[in-house]
Amino acid sequence: MTWRCGIAVFPGTWSERDCAHWVELAGGDPVMLWHAEPELKGADVVILPGGFAHGDYLRTGAIARFAPLMAAVREHALAGGPVLGICNGFQILCEAQLLPGALLRNSCLQFRCQTTHLRVEVSRGPFLSGLEAGEVLQMPISHGEGRYYAPPEQLRELEAGGQVALRYCGPSGDLGDQHNPNGSLRHIAGVMNAEGNVLGMMPHPERACEPLLGSEDGLQLLRAALAVLAPR
Amino acid sequence: MTLKPVVNDPQGLAVTQGLHALGYPEVRGTRVGKHIQLTLVAQDRQSAESRVEEMCRRLLCNGVIEDFHFQLSETGA
Repeated sequence: MTWRCGIAVFPGTWSERDCAHWVELAGGDPVMLWHAEPELKGADVVILPGGFAHGDYLRTGAIARFAPLMAAVREHALAGGPVLGICNGFQILCEAQLLPGALLRNSCLQFRCQTTHLRVEVSRGPFLSGLEAGEVLQMPISHGEGRYYAPPEQLRELEAGGQVALRYCGPSGDLGDQHNPNGSLRHIAGVMNAEGNVLGMMPHPERACEPLLGSEDGLQLLRAALAVLAPR
Repeated sequence: MTLKPVVNDPQGLAVTQGLHALGYPEVRGTRVGKHIQLTLVAQDRQSAESRVEEMCRRLLCNGVIEDFHFQLSETGA
């Protein structure tokens, strides 16, 4: 069974070809989805890759959410279909209110491009149920606006509801400000919706898919996701 | 558009430090926001107000992190 993975392409998206390579390595079938077309071309999984959709004008993801494609993505997400937003894709999902919270300018005010460690917080949803809670993954980040924020009461709900998916951590899974590259509240690197089928994360799993890149943990994430999808 | 008071504003902190370095120690805080100028046609002030408010809520401002306020002035054009 080959899963079809739709990869959204907005003007300014820059990671779509990396994502296609990653999908192929994981055994999936990548198909590009142009932002102006309101269809998913039979995609089982939708990936919103990194970049600067619509130049990040106004706010990151603020314009992209009005793309015709996003109406189809919303429908897919609300029907329980797996949706993964990476970096700019995460920002778009927050602006589209498919995920809670917002992403702000890094507290260091610098664009950060570096390797990070991530602790898997919950083993649920199509993307993380193939992994174990507490597992530590290694992937790069590459962003200027990745500081996760949600109002205090919502943050409490996210924690209680198992919606905090990934946190920045040290190599052994320990938490601390020294491991938090952007000032995200509670070291949050990724969140999911209440149902678990929509995941947003700032780190780039597609850039951790070959030994040459220093880590294959991103490949592991997608392989696990494709493995737990129910056969059609 | 300004960040809500509870949201940390590192840009504002950096600007405060800059002003201190330039010899303005009286500065106690800076919040960096965004200024948007709209030109629109409306029947009257009230309808312009309600339309602009709606635009702020739906697109110009992200209510999770930002507050907004606006002023209207007639251009007469």
